[in-house]
Amino acid sequence: MSLVARVLEAGGISTVTYTNARDIAASAGNPRQVFLNYPLGNSAGRPNDPENQRSVLRAGLKLLEDAESPGIIVDLPYTWSDSGEWMEKFMTGEQPFISEDAEVRRQDLLEKAREQKAKKLQK
Amino acid sequence: MDYIRYIDKTHEYYRGLGYDKTYNYAYNEDIPFVPLRKPLSECRVTLVSTASFLLLDEEGLPLEEPRMLGTNEMEVFTVHSDWPADRILSTSEDHDRYQTDMNDVNAYFPITRMQEFLKEGVFKGLSRNYYRTLPNYSHRKTTEVDGPEILRQCLEDNVDVALLTPV
Repeated sequence: MSLVARVLEAGGISTVTYTNARDIAASAGNPRQVFLNYPLGNSAGRPNDPENQRSVLRAGLKLLEDAESPGIIVDLPYTWSDSGEWMEKFMTGEQPFISEDAEVRRQDLLEKAREQKAKKLQK
Repeated sequence: MDYIRYIDKTHEYYRGLGYDKTYNYAYNEDIPFVPLRKPLSECRVTLVSTASFLLLDEEGLPLEEPRMLGTNEMEVFTVHSDWPADRILSTSEDHDRYQTDMNDVNAYFPITRMQEFLKEGVFKGLSRNYYRTLPNYSHRKTTEVDGPEILRQCLEDNVDVALLTPV
């Protein structure tokens, strides 16, 4: 996602990226990052909490208005839960990142894509 | 501050599964930058995401095929900026599914919040379309194919500002 932000920015469009993965966006050289320390899938705020979502988005709008140099990261103060257990368990044997059914769906899609490609080549 | 170092964690995880090659995260020292040239209330704003989802018709049936994995084809998909959030169905596999279920689209694709900001005058306007692309293993593909296509469409639509929400 940060690579898209870089292309847009280089093309004259000011960007802000809302992330749950601070290190990935920073490594990629993101122009402006708002980091929200929630589990992956919540880059724009807490589910079913419009007020939190609005605050998160507003922090990025403020960064857009204030930033005078590239690479600034705003670390938001919100926490996902009282315990940091979700961080410890992420991508472990207990909570693998890729589920078996997800892998099956992924393979199905790949297979479909291959078929389409083969059909195209035949034409 | 305590937070997950995803780059280290991913390498560790996939090595643990027996893969020699792990994901190659982008690294750049130079960073492009355009300061905001006018107040946001005079800006036309767009939304760009790597969220995988399907648009649904009024009866809740999918209007498109599921796409989850980046391929070599150009992958820039649009959604009208006034599309209702309840006609979007997530197909993501890239979130932390032990913590979150992706049922609230606005947590990763804040389409309703953007409409609220527009009504409140925070922005001058929303772009005609918002943009979706897929996470891709190829940095070149993103920077030379999908990224430039999003830029082209944004410039054509006079977009000033882009908010990006990865999944």
